Order: sequence, then structure tokens, then C-alpha cells
Amino acid sequence: MNTRRNFIKNTGILVVGIAATGGGLPELFAQVATGPYPDPDFLQLDSWIVIRADNTATFFVGKTDLGQGTGTAFRQIMSDELDIAYDKTSCVMGSTHNTVDQGGSGGSDALQTDGYPMRRVAAEARRVLLEMGATHFGVPVSALAVSDGVISVVGSTAGSRIPDPGPRQVTYGDLIGGRRFNVTLTGKNTDTTTGIAKLKPVQEMKNVGKSPQRYDIPGKVDGSLKWAVDMTAPGMVHARNVRPPVAGATLVSIDEASVKGIPGFIKVVSKGNYVAVVCEREENAIRAARQLKVEWKKPATAPFPASDKLFDYMRAATPSSTGKPIETGNVDAAFASAATVVEAEYDVPFQGHTAIGPAHAMADPSNGQMTIYTNDMKSYGMRNGVAQFLGMPRDQVRVIWMDGPQGYGRTAADDAGFEAAYIAKEIGRPVRVQWSRQEETAWDTKGPAYAFKMRGGLDAHGNVVALHYDACAADHNHLGYNEHETVLISQLMGTRKNLISQGRASLPSDMYVIPNRRSTTRVVPLPMPFETPLRTGNLRDPDGPQVQFALESFIDELAHKAKADPVEFRLRLLQASTQDDSGFKRARSIACIKAAAEKFGWDSRPSPKSAVASAKAEDILTGRGIACAYRSQTVVATICEVEVNKKTGRIWAKRIVVAHDCGLVINPEALIRVVEAGTLYGLSRALHEEVKFDTEKVTSVDWMTSPALRHEDTPERIDVVIVNGDPNPNRPDLQHYGAGETMCKPMLAAVANAVFDATGLRHRRIPIRSAGIEMP
Amino acid sequence: MAAITLRVNGEAHTVDVEPSTPLLYVLRNDLDLSGPRFGCGLGQCGACTVLIKGEAVRSCIRPVSQVAGQEITTLEGLAQNGKLHPLQQAWIDEQVPQCGFCQNGQILTAKALLDKTPNPTDAQIRAGMNGTLCRCMTYYRINAAIKRAASTMKGAL
Repeated sequence: MNTRRNFIKNTGILVVGIAATGGGLPELFAQVATGPYPDPDFLQLDSWIVIRADNTATFFVGKTDLGQGTGTAFRQIMSDELDIAYDKTSCVMGSTHNTVDQGGSGGSDALQTDGYPMRRVAAEARRVLLEMGATHFGVPVSALAVSDGVISVVGSTAGSRIPDPGPRQVTYGDLIGGRRFNVTLTGKNTDTTTGIAKLKPVQEMKNVGKSPQRYDIPGKVDGSLKWAVDMTAPGMVHARNVRPPVAGATLVSIDEASVKGIPGFIKVVSKGNYVAVVCEREENAIRAARQLKVEWKKPATAPFPASDKLFDYMRAATPSSTGKPIETGNVDAAFASAATVVEAEYDVPFQGHTAIGPAHAMADPSNGQMTIYTNDMKSYGMRNGVAQFLGMPRDQVRVIWMDGPQGYGRTAADDAGFEAAYIAKEIGRPVRVQWSRQEETAWDTKGPAYAFKMRGGLDAHGNVVALHYDACAADHNHLGYNEHETVLISQLMGTRKNLISQGRASLPSDMYVIPNRRSTTRVVPLPMPFETPLRTGNLRDPDGPQVQFALESFIDELAHKAKADPVEFRLRLLQASTQDDSGFKRARSIACIKAAAEKFGWDSRPSPKSAVASAKAEDILTGRGIACAYRSQTVVATICEVEVNKKTGRIWAKRIVVAHDCGLVINPEALIRVVEAGTLYGLSRALHEEVKFDTEKVTSVDWMTSPALRHEDTPERIDVVIVNGDPNPNRPDLQHYGAGETMCKPMLAAVANAVFDATGLRHRRIPIRSAGIEMP
Repeated sequence: MAAITLRVNGEAHTVDVEPSTPLLYVLRNDLDLSGPRFGCGLGQCGACTVLIKGEAVRSCIRPVSQVAGQEITTLEGLAQNGKLHPLQQAWIDEQVPQCGFCQNGQILTAKALLDKTPNPTDAQIRAGMNGTLCRCMTYYRINAAIKRAASTMKGAL
């Protein structure tokens, strides 16, 4: 059995070595266990923290780091609560057998939610160690101080059993190295896990607010890091999927003789409409997948409308579900008495996850167990899903998380892991599954398309008196997290989940004070809900970029009608009340907008710039736009300056300022880079990304037909302004909020608003580039 | 199948593969070099980049038979005598990678760029690196790291 005790004993030295090269897991290098793999007990302190005789500590956390530095941040906050030097720590993440199930990644909750139990268990370890120190010296805990894992006697020792000063220091390693804490924690789940120690006030945290370099980066630039794509095992073979040529096609027959002559060909694995080929060597599996003759029968009716008819279809379709309307004030009366009523429709197409590395996994069926090596962000869910899919006991399935290509939610339903496990079980050998680029781009999960209708009323003074937000999302049968009934292989094998997920159409995230407001939402289905390449799944802040594009573009349209400066117009809407929510998002929104405007050097005036000036100007027009958003408790305001080339229509976001308030910042330099990159990701969705399809299949299948942001789009300058807009910014319990997604949300509207400022043309469909810029 | 000798990171290796096999799979599966990575298999993204005679080459579409005997450098071979190449050091100093999956191609494409253009402008970097995709969109820091490395390498001359 792979107890924590064995784990330390067998791999303790290796853990440190591996952490130094940036991640990876000891099991890859040491044969520790043959299974089964029971869950680590989240109520045991030993499941979270190990301290060795050399006074180093390893933290075991059930999250996955997708390249945004959460592992480094965990080390910082846990080092602080434990009172140990940061560089004496390491972090093991995301594998089901040696880290507690904290759900893996999702919802930017790593620090906001899971950071707290991690801090609490580290604080509890410190408390227990101080008690051990008190026993060791025969003094009360109040006579002790601790720094960097060294406990010192500092107070009065009168009456202690130590007669003279002698050794007055002891390390954590001396006290517990090589032994268990044996401390039982309390809590209903990993979010509420706690000991009895109190958390430190922010002011006493030494590592928080500093910027140690991310420990995962050296191995990523010197080639030493082993990724999930690199995993091999003795006897491992290679599999490739063969997908239906059109959506909804059913398998008629397979001519296995068509690939029999390929060297190292092993088998065609097939069930229902799922088909894969297995070969000894990778290049031969690729060849076999291309060469295999398969007869398919096309579906009788089209699975979906063509992408150029999508929004007409969505607006006319009968909803599969309708959200409960939300209304405040008297919206009809407010519109009836409004001096001006503005209406606009906005469209955002399906956008793909299109990870830089297509889906992949390696599954090893050795010892009657199933071990899956994967970059699955939700490794714990995959373990449950695969166990159910294969009909295996949970504790015989182990999922080992390793670094992989950022998928922005793609691996929340990690098809390749299920496929590798299925084939490995079928053939009884370790199997590596690797999707092709075309397969990934066509068949990965998609962010839902949205069609919006916005209606706003202004009074005679240009105040917003009414707003009606109407959203329609193509999100029926939204994919679950690693569900054995909904992953692609399961659907292709004919499984149909009884209760189809209804999906959702989301509301925008703003703190504007508008007296009369109505929100109506509905979800519409495409004709074919199963076995479709238009499966919707969570794409980075699942609906935020879409809905914020509509809201923040429309706020700009209202500002234009009101002849108001877009920054001042937003501040007016936010300052129309002094009431705030518990997280002070309204006050923090004001702080972010002001900080962004100040950093940018915003010139107060209505948009657009003078049309006369534009007509006379050079080939390049310039303009600036603002948009803001929050996600959970994190608030962002983004200002974008664009250059628009009148001749070519090219839009270049030349300068971007992002004011970002995620509460307590753990690692400012890492945060700045996450915000920079995430902002450019939003820019990519604004300018380039769209899933195109005809009535049979997705036609965006590679980087030519599915373009994304490239180096040529890189702004000249990006400024990230870290804001703390809390009314009591020095509060000792200042919360740390998630920072992985919010910055994507405002970028689409910020670009559209900047293009309007530059050209006077309002773009209401994403991506903006594909609509072209036709100058007046 | 045919015996083909490759010179990779200064060492000779003989492999027995189909001559049409893309170099990428031989590097990864036969020589255990995982620096070059599969991103598209179409020569469109750059994740599989290696250096051959100083040129950035996409190993996913280069048949192994065409590069027999030529000096091939992968990410693993960029450091010299245990010291990181200035580009790799700049990548750490600037904390460039997010997920890092594409960074093999970014670093090696930048190496080929700096070999030809030792002091590139922003515009030259954007143009020279344009074919190498990053889905995390770390382009802004890549630009900074290339300029930092260029500065370091100039100082070393």
C-alpha cells in the first residue's frame, strides 16, 4: 500500500531534486507502489505537509498549475504560515494518490478558495511544532519565537527545567524530520479543512508580496522538464483516433486489411462510432489512421446550421431552457418616459479552446490497475470518470498530473485520457494516445456562441434610466467535467446521459447603478446534441468574454448617445450609489477605472474622434477604448489604444493598460505576466478566433483556418497596474482572489470601443478583424 | 526501414526507421529528446523547432532521411559546458513561459533570428518570430527576453 510513510521513505530525496528542476513527480523515477491507490485523508495533517530531517518541507496540494504560477504562490503562502524559508520548500500537485482531492484547477479558485485551507494547515503545523519546541525546551510556547524553520527561546525561562542557556535553538527538522505529525484536522471537505491555529495577519507574511521566480520555469527553458506528452513505459504502443468524416455519421464497416501491411500494426479498436488504430511506432499509427478504410453513413438531417447562418438560426430557434427574468425598478415605464432609446445586437461565435498541443495521455494497465499520465486540470474528476467508464474500483485508478499545453478548460473533459485507458484495457499494454491538430481544432470543446439584444434608455441629461439585457446562448448539452457519460469516446460509443445539461446564458458582471433593469436569458439547442464537434465546454471564464463584449460595447454606445466621455460615463454609473457589496466591488471598480485612466493618460472627450479629422488623416487612425469587468471578486479595467490602417483594415492594439485588483497579491511579478498574457488572449478572441463550419462538419481545422494572435500583434507596450481598492487597504485579513481569467473579459469590448473611437464604426460581431474595416 | 545516422547535439546516433519518418518522432521516441514537441504536424506552429545548420527547422514535416549527417541542435543542446545560452537565461530572467509548451520553438527561433540579426528592433522581432505560435500569448515577454539576450550577447563579444 502506498501510504504517505512509504512515500516519504522511498522518495524523500527525489522530491527535493525534482522540485529544483521544476515540477514532475517522484513516481516517474522511483517504483513506489503497484496499487491500489486509496485517497489521501484530507483530515490528516500528514497528507498536506511533510518535513524532513534536513529542515525542508514539501507541500502536497490537490490543485494543478496550468502555467500561471499557482504552485509558486502556494509555496509562498504556506511557507509564511509555517514560518519556513521559501527556498527550503517544494510543492507536489494534482496527482490522485498523493495529494488530497481539491478538485484540480477551475474557476480561478486556486488562491481564492483553496489557498485558505492550505494556509490553515501550514499554520496548524507551525502551532504543533511550537508545542513540540516548548516540550523540548521545557518552556511555555510564549517563550519561543520561530523564523525560517528554527525555533528559538526568547522569553523568560524562569522555572524551566533547563538550568542554563545551553542550546537555545531547535529546527523543525530536529523536532519532526522523518516522523508523522499524527494530527487530525476538522472540516467537512477540503475547502473547510482546518486545525486550531489562527492565520497570520497580512502584515506578518514575509514571502507574500515578494516575487520569487516560478520554480517551473527553468525546466521549461532548458528542456529537462518531463511533460505528460513525454511519458513512456516499457512495451508502450501508440494509438490514433479515426473520427467520423462528418458530424453524426454512423459506422458501417471497417476494412482492417487496408492497414494490415503497415509495419508494427497491432489492432483496430472500435465500438459504436469510436474507432482507433494501434501501432508499435508513432509514425505508423499516424499512417494507419490516415490509411484505414472506414465506411460511414451520413446522418439524414444536418447536425447544425452553417456558421454564417448561426446567429439567424439562434435568434429564431425555440429555446431548450429559459432563465428566470430578473427585473428591478419599473423597466417598461422607464423606457416609455426615456428621452432617448438605444438598441443594438451583438454576436459572438463559437470559439475553440485550440490548445497549442492537441489532447494526449498515456495509460498503463500494469498490475491490474490503471495509471493515467495526463495534463488533465481536473485529475481527480478523471479518476472517478475513468473508473466508472471502465467499470473499475476507484482505488485501482490513479491519475498522475503533469505539465501540459494550456487548454483554458479543455482538459476539464479530457477525452484522450479516457481513450488511452480504454485502449490500454483492451490490449493490455501501456498506450499513448495523441490527437492530431486537425482533430483537436475541429473536435475539441467550444465556448458557446451568443446572440445578444441590448436596449437602453437615457433621460434628457444623458443618464441611463433603463437597461434591458437579452442573451441567447447555443449551450445546450454543455459538457460535464470528465463525466463517463459525456466525454467524446462515450458519446461515440452510444452513451446518452439521461439528464442533458441545460447549459446557460450568463449575465454580465458589472456594478453599474441603473435604476430600472431587466435581464432575460435563454439557451437554444443545435439540431444534433450528441457526437458533435460543437460540444460546448468551459472556455476560460466560460461566458465572460462574450457577455462583457455585449455589455461594455453597449455602455459605450450609450455614452456616445449621451455625448459623454466613456470613462466619466462609467464612473457616473458606478458613483450613482454609495452602497456596496461585501467585497466592495463597486468601490474597487471605481478605483480600477481611475487607475487605468491615470496610467494611460486618458484625454477626456466623447468618442469618436472628429470624423473630419479622420477623413483628412493619414493612413493610420488611432483611438482608445475602455471596458471593465469582474469575475467572482477580482476587478479589472482595461484601456486599449488601437491603430487602424485605413488601407488594409488591420487593427493593431498598440498600447494596453490593465488595472487589476485581486485583493492581496502573493507574487506581483508572476501576476503581472499572467495579466499581460491573459489580456493578449482576450485580444486574440477579439480579433481572430472563430469556429467555422458548414452543415456537416467544422471547417476550422488548423492554424491557417483557425487563426489566433501572433507575434505581429504584440503591443508596443502593456502596463499592468496592481490596484488595492479596498476601502480599508491595510486590513490584516485582506483576501486573496483569483487572477487567472478576469483580464480576458473586458478586452473584446475595449478593442471594439477603441476601433469606434478611431473610425466612428461600431463593430458588433466578434472577431472584429473578420468583419473588415470599411472606411467611410 | 533503413539505417540512418543523425548528428544531434554533437553526438552521432544510428536509427533504423522508415526514411520518410518526420525527424520529430525520431528525436522524441528514439533519441529520448523531448525538447521538440508535437503541436500541429503541419509546420504551422513551430513547437517542434530544431536548429539545422543554424536555421530554425520544423522537425514535424522534415523527413529524417533529408537530415542524415547534418548537425542538428535541439533545446537540450543549447546550453554549453553546463551554462545556459543567454536566450535561456533571458527567458528565466524575464519569467517568460506560462504553460511553456511552445517555448522550445520560441527560444530556437529566437536563436536563429539573433544569429542573423544580433540587435533586432521590436518590428524585426515581431516579423522574425511571427510564425511561432503561443496560445498563452506570452509574446510581450518573449520580445523583452530576446532584447535582453541580444544585449547580453553583445556584452559578451
